[in-house]
Amino acid sequence: MKEQIEQIKVLAKEEITNSGDLQSLDAARVKYLGKKGELTAVLRGMGALTPEERPVIGELVNKVRDELESLIKEKEEKLEEEKLNQKLESEKIDITLPSSKVKRGSKHPVNRIIEELEDLFVSMGYDVVDGPELETDEYCFERLNLPKGHPARDMQDTFYITTEYLLRTQTSSVQARTMMANKEKTPIRVICPGKTYRRDDDATHSHQFGQIEGLVIDEGISLAHLKGTLEVFVKHMLGEDSKLRFRPSYFPFTEPSYEVDVSCFKCGGKGCNLCKQTGWIEILGSGMVHPNVLKMNGYDPEKYSGFAFGTGLDRLAMFKYGITDIRLLYANDTRFLNQFDKMDK
Amino acid sequence: MKLSTNFVKDYVDIDVDVKTLAEEMTGVGNEYDSAEKMINATKLVVGEVLECEMHPDSDHLHVCKVDIGTEVLDIVCGAPNVRKGLKVIVAQVGAELPGDFKIKKGMIRGQESNGMLCSMQELGLENKFLTDADKNGIHELPEDAKVGEDPIKLLGLDDEVIDFELTANRGDLLSILGMAYEIGAIYDKEVKPIDVSYNENNEDINDTFKLNIATDNCSIFLSKKVKNVTIKESPAFIKNRLMASGIRPINNVVDISNYVMLETGQPLHFYDADSLKGMLEVRMAKQDEKLTTLDGIERELSSDDIVISDGTRAIGLAGVMGGLDTEIEDTTKNIIIEAAIFDAIKVRYTSKKILRSEASTRFEKGLDPNRTYMAIERACHMLEKYADAEIVGGMAVYDTTNKEDKKIDITFKKITDILGLDIPNESILDAFRKLGFTYVVNNETITVSVPTRRIDIAIPEDLIEEVGRIYGVDNIEGKLPVMPLKTGSYDKTTRQIRNKMIDLGLNETLSYILVNDKEAKQFMKDDKVETLKLLDPLTEERSTLRASMMPSLYKIYEYNIARNVKDISIFEIGKSFYKKDEVYGEERKLATLLSGEYYLGIDNSKKVDFYIIKGIVEELLDYLGYAGRYSFVLPKELPEEFHPGQTADINLNGEIIGIVGKVHPKKAENNDVFVFEINLDKLFNKKTGKMKYKEISKYPAVKKDLAMVVENDITNDTIQKQIKKSAGSLLTDMKVFDIYTGSNIEAGKKSMAYSLSFGANDRTLTDEEINKVLEKIIVELEKNLGAELRK
Repeated sequence: MKEQIEQIKVLAKEEITNSGDLQSLDAARVKYLGKKGELTAVLRGMGALTPEERPVIGELVNKVRDELESLIKEKEEKLEEEKLNQKLESEKIDITLPSSKVKRGSKHPVNRIIEELEDLFVSMGYDVVDGPELETDEYCFERLNLPKGHPARDMQDTFYITTEYLLRTQTSSVQARTMMANKEKTPIRVICPGKTYRRDDDATHSHQFGQIEGLVIDEGISLAHLKGTLEVFVKHMLGEDSKLRFRPSYFPFTEPSYEVDVSCFKCGGKGCNLCKQTGWIEILGSGMVHPNVLKMNGYDPEKYSGFAFGTGLDRLAMFKYGITDIRLLYANDTRFLNQFDKMDK
Repeated sequence: MKLSTNFVKDYVDIDVDVKTLAEEMTGVGNEYDSAEKMINATKLVVGEVLECEMHPDSDHLHVCKVDIGTEVLDIVCGAPNVRKGLKVIVAQVGAELPGDFKIKKGMIRGQESNGMLCSMQELGLENKFLTDADKNGIHELPEDAKVGEDPIKLLGLDDEVIDFELTANRGDLLSILGMAYEIGAIYDKEVKPIDVSYNENNEDINDTFKLNIATDNCSIFLSKKVKNVTIKESPAFIKNRLMASGIRPINNVVDISNYVMLETGQPLHFYDADSLKGMLEVRMAKQDEKLTTLDGIERELSSDDIVISDGTRAIGLAGVMGGLDTEIEDTTKNIIIEAAIFDAIKVRYTSKKILRSEASTRFEKGLDPNRTYMAIERACHMLEKYADAEIVGGMAVYDTTNKEDKKIDITFKKITDILGLDIPNESILDAFRKLGFTYVVNNETITVSVPTRRIDIAIPEDLIEEVGRIYGVDNIEGKLPVMPLKTGSYDKTTRQIRNKMIDLGLNETLSYILVNDKEAKQFMKDDKVETLKLLDPLTEERSTLRASMMPSLYKIYEYNIARNVKDISIFEIGKSFYKKDEVYGEERKLATLLSGEYYLGIDNSKKVDFYIIKGIVEELLDYLGYAGRYSFVLPKELPEEFHPGQTADINLNGEIIGIVGKVHPKKAENNDVFVFEINLDKLFNKKTGKMKYKEISKYPAVKKDLAMVVENDITNDTIQKQIKKSAGSLLTDMKVFDIYTGSNIEAGKKSMAYSLSFGANDRTLTDEEINKVLEKIIVELEKNLGAELRK
C-alpha cells in the first residue's frame, strides 16, 4: 500500500507540475485529491489494514495530501500570476495618444476681475451693492452735484432715453442710491461693480464698459485712508511693487479730487509703449466725497466725511490678461472665451 | 487750451524747458496732450538764391545755388516761385522736419541736391494758417533777412506750445493771465500787471449810445466806442501768438479781439458802429425768430437763446456767434466793443445747437466780472496802439455783478483732517500766498480772500484741494480706515448660477445691451411692453435697449458662425429693459444659447436638441433648490422667433419664469439653435429651503416595468402624473425608457415604457403589496387615459 501511495504521489506531482493552466491544474486536484480521487480511494481502502498499520498509512496519506495541496497552491499562484501578466500585456496602450477631453465652460474675463475685486473688498468688510443701469438724471447727475447745464456733464456724453431716464454713465449713481437707502445714516462701506454707458465708440472706447465704484463714509475719513485703500486694491490687482501717484483733478462729486496713476507694471516705471514712455498709467478717479453730495443724500458733512473711487473694469481685465483691443471683450468669439477656463493666480 | 509759452512769459518770469513746465502743471492737476516747439524742425538757416536754372531733365524743377553764409549749396527745388535773389528757408542736410522727414544728400534726376528750400507747410504750420502765397510755394523771407540767421527766430515762430486738457472747473485757465497765476503759484513768481492804458477823446459814448438789458441772463454788459481805425495786417507777434494758440489771424482789429480774449479769458465782440442804430439790446429771442450768423447760415431761434439786438432785430447770438450784418469789414471805421457776461447754461444750450467756439467755451465755464472791465480797456489800449484808433470817452455800463473777493473761513485742523497729512501751518499759509490769495489768521481759523478770477472756489473743501495741489499730496502716507470688523456681503446666488453654468460646459459672454430697433422686440411677446429707444443713438444698430437678453446672444451666435465656429454653448447673466404701463424698468435675466455639438461628459458630445437644453434648465433649477416645483408647459404666447412645436414656458409654482425652445427655422435657417431665458428676479422671488440630507432606505427597492399604448397626443407628463397619483407613496422613482411608434402599433398611437421603483423606508415590500399598487396604476391608466397595457 505504501508503494501505491508513493506512486500516486509521483504521478500527481508530475501532473501538477505539468499543468499549463488553471483548468488542468484543477482537473489534477480532482483526480488525486477530490472526493472520488485516487488518494481518497486509498483512505477508503484502509478498512482492510491491521489496526497497527492504519495510523501509519493514515499519516502517510495525510502527509502526501498536504504535500500535494501545497504544491497545487504554489502552482495555482504561479499560473494566476502568469494569467495576470498576460492580461496586462494585452492591455498595453499607447499613452501618447490624445486624451478623452474633459471640458468645462469658461468665465468671462471682466467677470473674473469683478469676482476678484468683490472677494478682496468683501474680505475688508465692504458690501457689494447693485444699482439700476437704466438710471434717472437725478441719481446719475443731480444728486452727485451735477445740476442740469453743468459744464462737467460734457465729460460724459450721455445716452438719454427721455429727458429724465438715461443709461448710467458711471457707477457713481450707486453712491447716491446707497446713501439714500441708508435710512439711519450709519457709516457706509460699499463697492458697486457694473455696466456703464457713454456716447463714445472707437478702438479704445466702447459705448458700453464696466466700472467699479467704491464708497466709504464715516467720521474722520481722510485722503490718507483713500490712499491706503487704493494701495491695497492696486497692489492686489497689479502687483506688490506698484506705486501710486495722486494727480489733482476735478470731479463734481468729490472735493478734493484726484486721478490716480500706477507705476507701469510692464516696464516698472522706466518708460515703455504701454505707459507712453511716462512710467505711469492712469487707472482711477477718486476723491473725498463732496459736502454737497453728502448733504443732498442726507449725511451731515460736519460730522461725516468719506472717500469714493471708480475705475474701469475692462482696462483691468485687459492689463491682467494682456488683451490689446477692447472690442475683443464684447465680440465673444468662442475661441477667445475658451481661453478663460484656467485658474487665476 | 493751447498755451504759447512766449505769450505767458509776458506775465510771469520763468525759464524752464517746455516739457518740465508741462509736467509741473500736470502735477498740480492740469494734464496736457502735447508740449513741443511750434515749429518742430532742426538745422534751418536763412539762405539767398544766387543762381536759379531750369533742371535739364525736368519741366518744373530748378537747380539753384544757395548761399547760407558758411557755404554755397547746390539745391534742386520744385517750387514755382523759386527765383534768383530770393531769401529762403534752407533745411540743411541732416535737418529733421515734422512728420519724421529727414533731409539727406541726394541726386535728383542726375543733379546733386544738398538740402531743401522749405514751404511753411513743410515746417508743420497748419493748413488753416497758410497764406495763399504759402500754399503755392516755398516761403519768401523779407529782403532784409540776414543770410545764415535762424529763420524761425526771424519769423517770431520760435515759440513752444503746451496743449492742455483742462478740467471742467478751471475756466480761469482759459486765459494767459490765469495760466500766469497758476505757473506763478508753482514757481513762486509774481504775476506782472497788464497794460490797460490809453487816451480818450472828449466825447462821451453815453451821449450817442444806449444799452438796454432786457433779460436776467446777462449780468454785466460794457461798451466802449473807438473811431477811425485802420484795418490792416496785425504785427507778427500778434499773428504768431494767435497761431500758436490755434486761432487764425484775420486783420488787426479782429485779431485784437481774439488776442485780448486769450489774455484775459473774456470774449469780446466788435460791431461796426455805423451799422448800429445807436443802441445795443440784450434779450431772449422770440420763438422762431430768424438770424443770419457770421457764417452766412440763417438760424431759427427759440426763446432759450440770448440775442443781441440793435433795437429792431437780432444781430447776434450772445456768447456764441455774431450776425452777418454788423460784422467788421475792411471798410469799417468806427467800432462798438462789447464785453459782457451771459448766463453759462443758456450759452451752453445755444452753442450746443449752433457751434462750439472759443468764446462760447469760455462763457460756459463762467467768467470773472473784473476781467470784463480789464478786457475792454485792454482792447482800447491795443486798438489805439495797433489800429490807430481814437478812443471815445466814457463807457456804457450795465453791471449787476459782485466784484469783491470771496471770503471763506477754514481751520488748520479741517485741512489736515481731510488730507490726513500733518502740514505745518506756515506751509498751508504759504500755499495760499503762492496762489495769490490773501488771508487773515484768527487763532485756528484762516479767513481766505479768494480773487474773483477763481470762480471754481466756493467752499472750504475747495481750499483744501488748493493746499493739496500746491503743497503736494505725494508724501501722504496711505493708511487703512479704522472701522468695526464685519463680514462683507455679496450676491452669492448669481455667482453660484455662473459657476453652475460653467460646470455644465458653457462659456460666459458679455454682450451689448444696445441692439437695433427690430432686434429689441425679438424673442418675446408682450403687447404691453414698449422697447426703449435712445434719443440720440450713435448708430441705428445700437439704438434700442434689449427687452430680452436673447437678441444679444443671437448676435454672438451669428458672429461666431460667420467665423466658422460651429459649436456654440454660451450663457450670460444680465439685464433687459422695458417700459410697461408708463413704468420704466429693468429685469435681471439668465440667457443661454446652444448650437452644434454639446459636451455631455468625458469624450461624449451630442448634437444639441430640445432635451439637452431642457436638461440644462432642470439641472440648474434643481441645483438652486427648486426640484419638483417646476414644469414645462405649452407657451401661452409664442414669440415668432420660436419653433411652434419645440418650445415651452418654464412654469414655477404657477408663474411663468422663462421660456426654452428651438429658434424658428425661418430665423436660424441652416442650423439648429436652442435658447432659454429665465427671469432671475421672478425666480429669486420664490424662496427655497436649505439643502437637507434625506435618509437612504435600508430595504431594497423593487423594479417593475410597465409598457402601454396610448394616443399620440397624450404627453409623458400626463402619464407620469397619472402614475404618481395612482401609486401613492410606495413609488420612489420612475423613468421613461422607451418610446415607440411603427409596426405593430396602430397609427395615431404610440407605445410608452416606464421603469418604476417601489420601496419603503421601514420594510421590504411584499409582492402582494406591489402587485396591488401596480394593478391600481394599470386600471386607472386604462380608465383615465385610455391606455392599453402591453404584455
